[in-house]
This record gives sequence, structure tokens and C-alpha cells, in this order.
Amino acid sequence: MNQAAIIFQDVNYSAEGLHIIKNITGFFPEGKITTLVGPSGAGKSTLFKLCNGLHSPDSGEILIKGKPIDTYNPIELRRRVGIALQSATMIKGSVLENLELPLTLQEKTIDKEYAEELLHDVGLAGDFLKRNAMDLSGGQKQKLSIARTLVNKPDILLLDEITSSLDRVSQHDIEELIEKINKKYGTTMIWITHNLEQALRIGHFTWVMMNGELIESGESSILENPQDERVKQFVKGEIE
Amino acid sequence: MTYLTLSLTLIFVLIPIILSRTLKLGLEKDTLIATVRSIIQLLAVGYVLQYVFEADNIIFILLMVLLMIGAATQNARRKGDSIRGITWKLFVTFVFIEVLTQSILLGFNIVPPTPQYIIPISGMVIGNSMVLGILFLNRFTAEVESRQDETELILTLGGTPRQAIHTQLITSIKSSTIPTIESQKTIGLVQLPGMMSGQIIAGADPVQAVQFQLLILFLLLTTAVVTSIMLGFLSYPTLFNKRMQFLKLKS
Repeated sequence: MNQAAIIFQDVNYSAEGLHIIKNITGFFPEGKITTLVGPSGAGKSTLFKLCNGLHSPDSGEILIKGKPIDTYNPIELRRRVGIALQSATMIKGSVLENLELPLTLQEKTIDKEYAEELLHDVGLAGDFLKRNAMDLSGGQKQKLSIARTLVNKPDILLLDEITSSLDRVSQHDIEELIEKINKKYGTTMIWITHNLEQALRIGHFTWVMMNGELIESGESSILENPQDERVKQFVKGEIE
Repeated sequence: MTYLTLSLTLIFVLIPIILSRTLKLGLEKDTLIATVRSIIQLLAVGYVLQYVFEADNIIFILLMVLLMIGAATQNARRKGDSIRGITWKLFVTFVFIEVLTQSILLGFNIVPPTPQYIIPISGMVIGNSMVLGILFLNRFTAEVESRQDETELILTLGGTPRQAIHTQLITSIKSSTIPTIESQKTIGLVQLPGMMSGQIIAGADPVQAVQFQLLILFLLLTTAVVTSIMLGFLSYPTLFNKRMQFLKLKS
């Protein structure tokens, strides 16, 4: 059996009167890529914020590398469990200032060669460094957001719809990059995607969530042969 | 000025009422209410001040200042009620500003320790602090609301709450204090300040009136900057919990 990087035990979370995460029990295997799929409003992004400590569960327990999440210092936790959000928010300033942000927060600076290498890895040219981050296209911002998350060298990387605004070529580049990082550093990856082909292609494992519940989980092949009736409908595209 | 002369000034109230009635602006009722309220409030304050000045008792001075701080807190808190515990934060800020400014003024013997000086200066300091507090809270809550994504981004990258709210805090402090600084640049050129004009009309030496006005201007500069900074640093921690999670503003 694979070791678990993250374990959920009967986790519940509510906000503004809505029960968003319902009794989730499951695990994300260490060093593997797990894809997280499900219709909109299934609670996938909220699950990420629970893993990164941006929210705390109302009940149940989350273990990160075997330790209860609330025993971690929140800052240390967020550096170890990186998250690239779908919004790919940029701060005012250059690409370099955005890329350097995780280090600026620690009063450090980034080495120029390392910055260029990171940009190259996500498919952006080194001369982008001086450009205004606000002027980048949606896809370029998304790539920069991934590079920025990598600066902290996280053990676990949470990727929220990171290729949804990219063209096919860029999507392929990012998929290759994620596989490369996963193989090279053994980084645990959890990837929310709407693209079931991508989930099958990239994921060693898959979680299917619906309406705040974990419906099925296991090797990604479960998407080809789902057991649950609702998952069958979702895979056929009958549930959006 | 006699009461007869004073009653003649009501002509300045009649002009807007007649204009409003002629042009159907519908401002007559509000103008009348404002006039009656200002007459009652100012006369009441005048008599209270006369009594306090004659009594020359520290307890009365403290009560007057406390009343001003209470009214200022009550007025400003409505603008910041989305921030948890804003009432005591405003109260502490106003008390601090009052203690700071009066300590400097009285400690260095800049003004004599009499109610004639302490009460009007306190009124100007607390009033100005209240306006600054309202300006700051308006801007700060709007900044926090509109830049939630940025706050969240910095937290996800391992930043502290202070780092996550830094830009919003600095922008709000700057934007609330800029009007005070800017208005000082043109003072005397565009308009003569109310207090200085009042002193000149009452027969004071214009140079002495200017000296007092400068004292007030510098005092208000400190008031503006300290109010915004203090309110900012008291307010931002309530936007986060112990786990450094961002809590939404109270709706």
C-alpha cells in the first residue's frame, strides 16, 4: 500500500450556513499525482483550502505526513503544501516581483538564473522577467502562478484548474512539467481538473467528489469503469 | 453681538428657504431642522462652557472631554461596524490622541492649563480624529473587500497576516491622511481657517491669531497620521484568527 501524504478522517466543513465538505474520509498517496474531479460546487477547491490551512474543519481530522494539521505552524504548513489557485492572482509589479514573492515574504531575494530557469520550466521566456505581470494573458498568468508556487519547493503541490485557460500546446507543456517535477523531486501532486481525459492521462490516482462528498477513489482507471451510478452519469457528461 | 443683531442673521436662513420653496427643491424642512438644532446645540454648549470655565474644575474638564470622545466614537463606529470590536478600538484611539496632544501642549507649556484652552483644542483634535477615523474605515473596508484574492494569495505562499494586509493598510492610511496634508499646502491662500477668522473678528491681533492657527494645524497633522495608523494596526488583526486564516468582514 502507498504511504499517505494527506489523510482525511471524517472531515466536515461548513461556511455561511452551507455544509460544503461532508464526512470525507480518504487519503492522497505520497509522491503520486492524484486528480480530483467532480461537478462544479462539489467542494474541490474548499478541500484544497483545508489541506493548505486556509480553512479549518468543523469536525474530523486532517493528517499531513502523519501529523495532525493543527500541530503545524500555519506558515510552515503553507510553504510545505503549496497551492496554485485557479484565479492566478498577481500582485502589482513585474513578473520578477511576482515570482520572487514567496521569498520576499521571507525577506530573501531570488537568484536571476534560478528565476529564468523556473520561467523556462513553465514555458515562459526569460525576458518576461521585466514585464508587467498585469499585462500577461490569462494563460501566461497561470504559468507564472505555477512557477511562483514552485519557489517554496513544496512537498505537496495542490493545483486548482491550472490548465483550464491554456491552449492545447501549453496544456501539454504544463502536464509534462508536472510529471517531471513529480518524478524528479517525488512531490505529491493533487490536481483539480474538469478534463476527464487529462485526469485519466496524468493521474496515478483519482478522487471523484460530488456535492461535498467523496463518491469514489482509487487508481485513475476508476473513471473508465465507475461503480457508483452518479459517477457513471458524471463520466458520461450527464452531470455538469 | 446683541440678541437682536443675532436674530438678524436669520436672513441667511430665510434666503435658502425662499429659494427652495420657489424652485421646489424640498429643502425647507431640513433647513429649518438644521437651524433649530444648531441654535439649541450651540447655545447649550455656550452655557455649559461658561459654567465649566467659571468652575475651573478638573472633573468638569474631564467630563466634557469624555463626552466629546463618546459622541465621536458613537458617530464613527457606524462606518466601521463590519470590523469586530470597532467601538473600543475607536474609543482607545481617541483617548490616546487626546492624551498625547494634551501632554505635549501642557507638558511643554505651549498653552496654559485652563479650560478655555483645553476644551476647545480637545474639541478640534477629537473632531478631526473622528473625521479621519471615518475616512480611514471607509477606505480600509473597501480595500479589504475588493482585494481578498491578494490577501489569500499571500497567505497561501506562507505570508503572515500583516504581510497579507500590508498593501490595503498602507493605501488606506495614505488616502485618509492626504486631504489633511494637501489642505495645509494651500491654507491662507485659498481660505482663512475658521478659528483664525473667528479670533480676528473678535478683535485679536492677526499675527497672534496666525500663531494659534499654526499650532492647531500642526496638532491636526499629528492627529490625522496617528489616528489612521493606530486604527489600522488595531483593526487588521481582527481580520484573521489564531491559525492565520482570513476571516471575512462582518456583514
